Amino acid sequence: MASFEETGPRTPVVEPTRVDRVHPRAKWGKTIRVILTVIVTFIMIIPVLVMIMTAFKSRADIVTPPPKVFFSPTLEGFLYLFTDRSILNTSNLAAERANPGDLNYWQKLALSVGQKINGPSDYVGRLKNSMIIAGTSTILSVILGLFAAYAFSRFKIAGKDDLLFFILSTRMLPGVVVTIPLFLLYKLLGWNDTHIGMIILYTVFNLSFSVWLLKGFIDEIPIEYEEAALVDGYTRLQAFFRVVLPQAVNGIAATTVFCLIFAWNEYAFALMLTSEKARTAPPSIATMLGSGGLEWSAIAAGSLGFLIPVAIVTFALRDYLLRGVTFGAVRK
Amino acid sequence: MATIELRQVEKKFGDLHAVKPLDLTIQDGEFIVLLGPSGCGKTTTLRMISGLETVSGGTIWLNERNVTWLHPSERDIAFVFQFYALYPHLSAWKNIAFPLQAQGESRETVEKRVNEVVKLLRIEHLLKARPGQLSGGDQQRVALARALVRHPAAFLMDEPLGALDADFRETMRSEIKRLHVLQHATTVYVTHDQIEAMAMGDRIVVMSEAQIQQIGTPAEVYNDPSNLFVARFIGSPGMNLVNGKYADGVVQMAGLDNRYAVPQGWQGAIKKGLDGGSDLVIGFRPEAAQIDDLGKLVGKVYASEMQGSSAVLHLTINEDEIIHIRTDRLIPYPIDSLVHFDINPQMVRFFSLNTEAAIQPEVTQ
Repeated sequence: MASFEETGPRTPVVEPTRVDRVHPRAKWGKTIRVILTVIVTFIMIIPVLVMIMTAFKSRADIVTPPPKVFFSPTLEGFLYLFTDRSILNTSNLAAERANPGDLNYWQKLALSVGQKINGPSDYVGRLKNSMIIAGTSTILSVILGLFAAYAFSRFKIAGKDDLLFFILSTRMLPGVVVTIPLFLLYKLLGWNDTHIGMIILYTVFNLSFSVWLLKGFIDEIPIEYEEAALVDGYTRLQAFFRVVLPQAVNGIAATTVFCLIFAWNEYAFALMLTSEKARTAPPSIATMLGSGGLEWSAIAAGSLGFLIPVAIVTFALRDYLLRGVTFGAVRK
Repeated sequence: MATIELRQVEKKFGDLHAVKPLDLTIQDGEFIVLLGPSGCGKTTTLRMISGLETVSGGTIWLNERNVTWLHPSERDIAFVFQFYALYPHLSAWKNIAFPLQAQGESRETVEKRVNEVVKLLRIEHLLKARPGQLSGGDQQRVALARALVRHPAAFLMDEPLGALDADFRETMRSEIKRLHVLQHATTVYVTHDQIEAMAMGDRIVVMSEAQIQQIGTPAEVYNDPSNLFVARFIGSPGMNLVNGKYADGVVQMAGLDNRYAVPQGWQGAIKKGLDGGSDLVIGFRPEAAQIDDLGKLVGKVYASEMQGSSAVLHLTINEDEIIHIRTDRLIPYPIDSLVHFDINPQMVRFFSLNTEAAIQPEVTQ
């Protein structure tokens, strides 16, 4: 057997010894994985693509069999969605068409399908309601959840485990079960069809989730950071804001998105507890089916408009989310 | 800087004593090491001084000011953690400036003070990096800078070198020691590493089972351990402790029929210390044994270890007791051969087997 002196390096190895060549089979494996990912992503996104396409189709294009992939896009769907219109009879139509000069784009569009805009539709108000209710309740449940989670994580609290279980147990039965008692309670309190009622409802509903999720994140932050801040001359509240909060930002982002998605998409409670003033977008999109035939393009446009705010928030927080949803499984 | 005084300070968790009532006075500018195995209460003691842990009883005095119930931020102390506890979302510079900002110092003052301490620790090149980008040693340097920048009355360090690699630990050990001398800062340092404690401490507080076993300079703790625990814990290997029966100036050991003639000066003290009993423990450091063919004591070679500058010989002396002797590294000793040796009479110590306490020598007139 050859000794090390004969086979080993005679001079010090100074160049990096890492080999960057990858076995061809491993390379193929990678390509196949990427292709599969793209295919799966595409399949998952098809309903969304169909929805987006439908939102920009004219009424004729929507009902044509087989469905058209290439079509000339129009904003008819958004017209139906955002405006309240009346159908013009033949003589009025002729009169309007004779003098199109001072009409704006939307009015001309309405005219082209034989209609006249009377004003904005209910949907605009409902989207606004959705934003107010979902936004406020999300902010509230994250802030309250954050303080509660910090307390549960850091302080000795009598009956801590029982309290935590109790908080979790509020999620153990399907929400729909409590709609009727809730309806009666809200009637008693005069909270039916009010913003405040819906905000409180969603906040309470999200709170258990946000407490648990945020507690997990805060548990991950070593207590030494706060202790260091305490001996460095900060009060506990200052330490919380200057040391804990910046490190919990991933968790806060993840919790925010989850709470927002729940509050934004909630349908059953909104259907039962709101009617006019505080009605949110989800039940109102569904009820569009009823009035004036199936306005598929309006429904698609409504869903699209409904999707966009959540998509924007999620996109804005994506960097934090990616780390956040791993639930601290990966240590830095 | 500061004196720290603990008076009957104790900590209980339920019925369990984490720290039994203890008294400790730390002089101005002193480097005190709390040394002990894990779970002995040394960290709890340190945390009580810092205020991160409340006391269950007793009072803590900092510069003759009762700080027992003051918030950590009001005590004017700095704490260095084992895992550095640098804020990961701030750059090294901001980490160091953080305590000054708490005091609401002006921007110029902050800049000046940070620059001073940065120069002292020679970490100018690290300031822009986040803690996550620094090596363990550099993180600890930044953590030290953060502690130093405020000129606190006292430094409390909780195993600051525990998370470092062995060779790096020695570098940092000397750096901390040097800083202590330069700053003349009262320091309380917790470690379970007795070598670290010997190397750094002005005085060592040996703790075990929630109480102080001995307080003394490294030499005192090493040469004159106050009880069997300290004798075993300090030194590597620890003090050799051999059981025997004392009668008329001779200790009879079991096994190889060793008889040890007790030096004249000790006989009276032993008689008094044993209080009529006869069970005692002879203690001597590995370097106190002198190998000599005419030696009165004999042991059988169990193993020998080359340790560089010297070798350690493991000898079976009673049936199941093994002692360690430091020897000349040049002479090989075959296994199972017999080795004769004597104990340097200056370096032998005696303990009572019943009380485990050291027998105090009689004061020579």
